[in-house]
This record gives sequence, C-alpha cells and structure tokens, in this order.
Amino acid sequence: MTKTNGSVTGVNGNMVTVRVEGAVSMNEVAYIETRGKRLKSEVIRIRGDLVQVQVFEMTKGIRVGDSVAFTGEMLAVELGPGLLGQIYDGLQNPLPEVAAKVGHFLEPGVYLEALPRDRVWDFTPAAKAGDKVRAADLLGTVPEGSFTHRIMVPFGFLGTYTVKSVAPAGSYKVTDRVAELQGEDGTVHPVTLMFQWPVKRAVTCYAERMKPVEPMVTHVRLIDTFFPVAKGGTYCIPGPFGAGKTVLQQITSRHADVDIVIVAACGERAGEVVETLKEFPELLDPHTGRSLMERTIIVCNTSSMPVASREASVYTAVTMAEYYRQMGLDVLLLADSTSRWAQAMREMSGRLEEIPGEEAFPAYLESVIASFYERAGIVRLGDGKTGSVTIGGTVSPAGGNFEEPVTQATLKVVGAFHGLSRERSDARKYPAIHPLESWSKYTGILSAEAVRYAHGVLARGAEVGQMMKVVGEEGTSLDDYVVYLKSEYLDAVYIQQNSFDPVDAAVSPERQKYTFSKVVGVLGSAFRFKDKDEARDWFYKLRQGFLDLNGSEWKSDRFAQVEKGLQSLIDDRATGLDPKAARILETLEK
Amino acid sequence: MKKVYSRIESITGNVITVRAEDVQYGELAQVSTRFGISLAEVIRLADDEVSLQVFAGGRGISTGDEVRFLGHPMQVSFTDSLQGRIFNGAGEPRDKGPELSENLIPIGGPSVNPANRIIPREMIRTGIPMIDLFNTLVKSQKLPIFSVSGEPYNPLLARIAMQAEVDLIILGGMGLKYDDYLFFKDTLEQGGALSKTIMFVHTAADPVVECLMVPDISLAVAERFALKGKNVLVLLTDMTNFADAMKEIAITQEQVPSNRGYPGDLYSQLASRYEKAVDFSDAGSITILAVTTMPGDDVTHPVPDNTGYITEGQFYLKNGRIEPFGSLSRLKQQVNGKTRPDHRAIMDGMIKLYASYKDTLEKKAMGFQMSNWDAKLLKYGELFEQEMMDLSVNIPLEEALDKGWEILASCFDPQETGLRTELAEKYWPKARA
Repeated sequence: MTKTNGSVTGVNGNMVTVRVEGAVSMNEVAYIETRGKRLKSEVIRIRGDLVQVQVFEMTKGIRVGDSVAFTGEMLAVELGPGLLGQIYDGLQNPLPEVAAKVGHFLEPGVYLEALPRDRVWDFTPAAKAGDKVRAADLLGTVPEGSFTHRIMVPFGFLGTYTVKSVAPAGSYKVTDRVAELQGEDGTVHPVTLMFQWPVKRAVTCYAERMKPVEPMVTHVRLIDTFFPVAKGGTYCIPGPFGAGKTVLQQITSRHADVDIVIVAACGERAGEVVETLKEFPELLDPHTGRSLMERTIIVCNTSSMPVASREASVYTAVTMAEYYRQMGLDVLLLADSTSRWAQAMREMSGRLEEIPGEEAFPAYLESVIASFYERAGIVRLGDGKTGSVTIGGTVSPAGGNFEEPVTQATLKVVGAFHGLSRERSDARKYPAIHPLESWSKYTGILSAEAVRYAHGVLARGAEVGQMMKVVGEEGTSLDDYVVYLKSEYLDAVYIQQNSFDPVDAAVSPERQKYTFSKVVGVLGSAFRFKDKDEARDWFYKLRQGFLDLNGSEWKSDRFAQVEKGLQSLIDDRATGLDPKAARILETLEK
Repeated sequence: MKKVYSRIESITGNVITVRAEDVQYGELAQVSTRFGISLAEVIRLADDEVSLQVFAGGRGISTGDEVRFLGHPMQVSFTDSLQGRIFNGAGEPRDKGPELSENLIPIGGPSVNPANRIIPREMIRTGIPMIDLFNTLVKSQKLPIFSVSGEPYNPLLARIAMQAEVDLIILGGMGLKYDDYLFFKDTLEQGGALSKTIMFVHTAADPVVECLMVPDISLAVAERFALKGKNVLVLLTDMTNFADAMKEIAITQEQVPSNRGYPGDLYSQLASRYEKAVDFSDAGSITILAVTTMPGDDVTHPVPDNTGYITEGQFYLKNGRIEPFGSLSRLKQQVNGKTRPDHRAIMDGMIKLYASYKDTLEKKAMGFQMSNWDAKLLKYGELFEQEMMDLSVNIPLEEALDKGWEILASCFDPQETGLRTELAEKYWPKARA
C-alpha cells in the first residue's frame, strides 16, 4: 500500500481536518508537518476526502495547507524486553530520556523509541528450525530483572508458520534478528526481540478465557476480606476529591500480590506521579527483595499534558499488561482516573459535533468503558500456563455524586465496587471505602458466610446508630447499644487500617484469617454489663488492645503477649457464644 | 509586511470571521475599529475562513474594519523591568509606565516533564498561624482559597503577598472590582512590596476575552522568572470568574455545555494552569494561590469541584477565618516534620481539642449540662479562635507553637491534652506546670 498524503484544511482545538488523496484507515497515525516539527495524530473520522484527526500535541502554529503524512499503521506500542521500570507518557515516549534530550518542558513533536536500542539481552533459543508455530508461541527467552521474558511469535502473525532458523544463544539488541519464520505462502519473515502491536486491539492469542476465581491479595483487610478482587477481575474506586483514591491506588501498587504492576496516571496531578517515581526505586518488593520499580511500568499523562494522548494512555497501559500476561504472569493495571479519560473522549466528541448524551458525554461512552474493562481477564495460554490482567480504575465523579454517567457505566461492567465516602474520610477512617455501600462479586480469602455474619453486625450497628441520633443514648436498650458498640469495634480494629504503620500497612491473608476469627469471637459473644457506661469503657479498652495487636509483628512475642491480655479481657466478661458464630469459628479454624 | 484584510464576514458575540490565507492556529491579529485597535486571537481555521476572538469584544465592530495578522501567537514581554508594573489582560500597561516590547515570550507553553519534577520539600512562611502551623504552604504547591463571596479573600491574598518569603509576586486579577484592584495596589504600595510585584489585572468592566489571558500571561512570566532561579508566588483572584468567562465564550461559540453550562474541557483548562506550579531542581519555583469563590457555599459546584481534583488541598475561608476542618494542605507532611519536634503534635492535638470544643458547643446549644471538662473546652475554644484563628494574628511559626502551648497550659493539665509526655515535659510553660 502506498503511503497517503494530505493537507490541512481546518483547525479546531486539537482536532485538525485534512483533505487527502488515496486510502486512509480509521485510527491510522498521521504526522502533521508544521514549521519543522512533526506532530503525531490519529484519524478519528473519515468523510469523503476529508479526514479528521486528533492531534496528540498542542495545535498552536498549524496552518491551512500544512502537509500531512499518513503512516498506514494504527497507533501502536513497542513490545519487548526493557519495558519494566520505564516511565512513559501516553504514547510510550520514555519521559526521562525526553527530559535528557529537550530539558524541563515537554516540547511538541519529540518522539523517542520506547525500548532502549543499545541495551543487549542474553537470548536463549527455545524453538528450533522446522517447528510449526503460531502467534504468541515461544521462540526463546531473555532474562529481564527477576522474570524470564518470553520472546514470542509477534501477535499479528496470522496462521501457522514454520521456523526457518533461530539465532544461537548469545547477546542481542532488541532490533537484532533472532528468528526467521516462513509463512504458508512461502514468504520469510524476520523476527526481532521486539515487535509492535496496535493499542486499541485486544490481544487474543490464548487458548481460552477462564472465570476469575483466585483472589488477588492486596493486603488491605477491607478489600481482601469484605470486597475481594479476583485475579483477572475488574474493580472500580469512585470517590470525591480528598477521599483517598490515589493513596489507595499507591498502597495497592506496592502490596498487591501480583507479578507486575502497571500504573496509568491518566489526567491526574503530576505531583502524585512524582511520589511514585521517586519512592518506588527505593522500596523493596517483599516477594523478590528487589526494587519495586523492577516490577512496575508507569504510564503517565498528567492533567496538563495534551488531552488526546490522555485518551491513548489507558490503551497503551493495557496493551503492555496483555503482553506480560502472555508470558504467564499476573499483571495488575491501575488506572487513575478513568473519569479524566472519559472527559478526554467528551472533549473530542464535542469538537466532532456529535449529538451529546448525558452531561455531554458521547453516546458510546458505555460501550467504550465496557470494552476497556473487558480487556481484563484470566486466560489459559497455548502452553497450558495461565496469565491474568486485573484492572482497577478510579472514578472521579463530579461533586462526589455516583449517579453520574461515568460511574454508572463503570458499575455495569466491573466485578467489585469500592465506593469511597467523604463522610468516612472526613472522620479520618481510612481506607475510606464505605463498608455498607460497596460490593464485590468475587470470592475472597474467607467464606461468604463468615463475611456475611460480620457484615450483618455492621449493618445492624449502623441502624442502631441512626436510631440513637433520634432517641438519644438514653432511649436505646442495652442490648442494642452493645450491638452498636460491636459494630464500632469491628470498624475500628478490622475495617480501618493504618497505611503509615509499618506492620499494619500490609496484612497477610493468614493473619487476616486469624484476626478475623478473633473479631468474630467478640461479635458473636454475649457479655455481662451493668450499664452502658461500663459497656462503652470495656469496648474502648478492647479496641485499644486490638489496635496494639494490629501494630505488633505477626507471631512475635509482643503479639502473643498482647493477645493474651486481650483474651483475659474477653473471658472476663463473655457469657456465651452465638451458635452461628460458633459454627463460623469452627470453619475458620479448619 | 502582512496583508491587511478589510472585509469581516461575520460577527457573533466576540468572535469575527474573515477570509484569509496563510494564517496559523493561535496567531494574533489587530482589528482596527473606530474605537481604536484591539488584539484578536485565531481560534478556528476552516479552509480560508478564519475565526478570531476579539479581545475588546465584538461591540461596535463593523464588517468593513481592517484585520491585520501579526504572524505570531500571544506574547508578553519578559524583562526585569516588569517588576513593580501593572498591566491589563492583553499585556498593555495599566499604570502610566511605558509599553514593553523587548524579549517577547509566548504564553501557554508546554507542560513540565513529570520525570523532571521533584518532591516538594520547603515551606513558605506566611506569618498566619492557621496556614504555617496547621496547613503549611509548601513551595511549588497549588492551593485554592475556597470562599463565599463577601469573605475577605482579597485582603488575605494581599497579606500573604506582603509577608510570604518569596522573591517575586505575580498577581493575576480576573473580573476584579475596580475597588479591589485599587485596594491591592494601595496595600502593596504601602507595604513596600510593589517593587517585587507584577500585576496583570482584568477588572469586571474590561472585555471578557482579556480575562481568559490573565492566568496564562501571569504564569508564562512566572515560569521565566522561576527558570532564572527566582521563587515566584502567583496569586490568582478569582478563578471562578475565569471559568465563567470560559463558559460565556463557549456558549457563544455554540459548544455543547456539560455541567451547569460550563464547557466539557473545564477540568483540562483549569489543570493546564494550576499544573504550572513547579519546583525546578536546578532553578526556582512557582507556587500558586488562587481564590475560587463558591456560588452559594456549594463545594460541589463545577468550579470548586474540578479545582479540588486538581489542587493539592484547599484553604476554606468562612466567617472571616480559615476553617481548620474544611482546609487541607496535602503537602504539609513533606515539611512539617522538619520544623520543630512539636509541630505535628501541636497541629493534631489542638485540632482534636477544637473538634471536642465544637461538640461541646453543640451540647450547650441543646441545653445539656456542662461538666468541668466542658468548661475547660469552652475556655480553650474561645482562646483558640481569638489567638490562632483570627486572621489579624501575625506571628512566625515558632511563636505560634509557643502560643499553642500557652493556650493549652492555661486551660488543661498536660495529661488531658493527649500530647506525648516527653514533648509536654520539654515545651509545657514552666510557670504553670
């Protein structure tokens, strides 16, 4: 296909209209040549010989008549060894290298190669001449950090190929040829360590997609116990500003029990990304003992960077996630915030003068959000291994009102909802996920019955709390009051978690189970109290003791000591256990 | 010499269209009307039809007026002689000084590379305890002052301008009442801070398009000074007027409104201005304090709501005081561990007690009996409001901390405050211990 050329006929914000001669494909990349700069853009509408492109840069300075070169390729990312530890913008430009080249500011028209070209990798061949291979089949491996990076048949190779040759073990650059594949029609295709893949197409080179069942442990009690996320599942975190969305994402990116974390900072504050950028290289991954940065990729298109590449950034991130999934790894993609991404779509839709939907969002908002979250999943690969992409997206609803279109469209397609509440964050109850409004469709580390029991106490306690606001403490019976105290206690010692405490910040599933059974022991017990004051004082004492327990190293002497003190405090007042709670405790001990 | 066009095809609101060739997107033009010459900016190109936004507004423009393209986008002169000067939103002198035309720089430049940013690390002292002690302002922070109209937000800005330890102050006024403009000018003059101040002021009577230019001009100049090593404080008042100007222009251009009539890109537009706040690792810094008036004290109104998602906290001005509860400086943790060992403890402890005072006040209002402890809290709350919250209090951080201990000591016993024993031993005023 010959390359198509065109010339600019109109400019409106970051949308440019181009008159073309020849064939153009939808979502194709084009470069606008203006005043010695080449500005990257993407085709978003074709009408006769007029094509509208969204420009990934500021459009100041473009003139009518500027020439436009179409590449014939869709917006694509480079996939190969060397992605881990990188900091990219929404178009996969490595930001530190851009800074080294042009200084403090993101000058328009500067595009650099995503993968370092001069770095060499130790290649070990796995396929041999004569093998029949298909897309995503293994050709060889290179070590990347603590991972074995699989060099695969590029995903775009359709049909069966015969391996003609494979390079011997040795050091290669990403652009060096490591294999030659012969297609059914006889043509020979060279394969290098890297290849490209269009970001807006999901990678489907797997045997089957499975149901997400295994929990993805985040080490946050409230999530793992009450509102779990499964490997290959999806979840969303909507919340008003200041409710702690970003902090929760940062905690998850540190402690989540997955192989690789991809952080897509999409249209949010640059300052928050900087914290991740500067702190991650110094933090150690508890599983491997290596720097957290070695398992992380950051895609950062902050709020002041061009809007069109913000739209692209979530796709860039999810494509890289799918690539590592193909190696049999568990990948977590954290997108902060999908509302900014939706707003980028809204801006473009407005410029295209499309008929607006609710709050001026385009009518296709729901289907686009759905198809993005559907790129998550746990899959069985050709060789029997499983790999997963889990997607967690924050939503920033206007005014903190969850009734708005982005939140609602997201809730339709995700498997878990962690709704943050202003009320809880104002009361400094972190994580501020609302325990009564949130939900999850996945199974967690504990049995559904056990969780339902604790949840029931919480709900009843909240009811009593509401009632007490009307009738006052004196109008509430002692039994009801104890239920209220129990729910407050559950909230304080189990649901709330101190992310700044070195011990409490990340709690292992084993410890969660143990603590949970302790908590259920209290929730299910009847206690002997003279009056409300006595009950309140006792529960305060119990709470303080439990908080001390939460702050003690798991299975340490101090832990045992605090626990012993607590037990005698409980035994002192307990008069018997609810049979339902007893049954739950029995199953928990198994 | 650029060609002059003398036929205006259409005039809608502040936007005119002419047929012209070889025009850049974002280029400036001069429109000569019988009321004088006004600048105009290209906002849309469609074949040879060029739409321009006229700074002085569309009123009185005739279809036969002349349009001359200048061949460059909006620029502002950047020299040291800017200091002490006052300009309008188009960059023309508002004082009686000469027009500046040397070393012109473009405005609204690209964003700073996030990889080159550094974690904020230095506090800016303002002499206001509610800021210094409780919600410390940090170099390179972007903070709005959320306020209901009628609150003294402009006097507060003026005071911060005079007292903040920065090299340069840039004041961007948008839709300012003329009285407020004079107030700023007089206050800064009397306080002797005018010589290190640059003002870009759009008053409520000026054409609305110029209002849109004020943040960009102010921040472009700030950026250059910061790159030269200066620590610049940019004060913007009032960003709600800026957003309203955007709304007005978007609606006249028949853009589809998103929320309460504001354009769909309100968030991106605000963010591209606020995100100019930066600390260059090898040069100076920009700190932004911006007033956002909340219509009807409603924090979910689109302007404060979008602002809250962008900025690093907010000061909440209510009843003439910076409220300790609604206010937040997200960056304070970066600096308040390095000031004095008792800073964080006093900050948390005094606020907790103040919250208890509020509860007691409620109880009192409902006619409940006041205990001994309640009486202590009532005394404390009154002292706290008088000696800390009152905006007229003007003391450095260390004095404020000492005063904090004094207030605590005059109301409570050390163990009642919940402060750690070793801190109390060190700082509790000896005479009363």
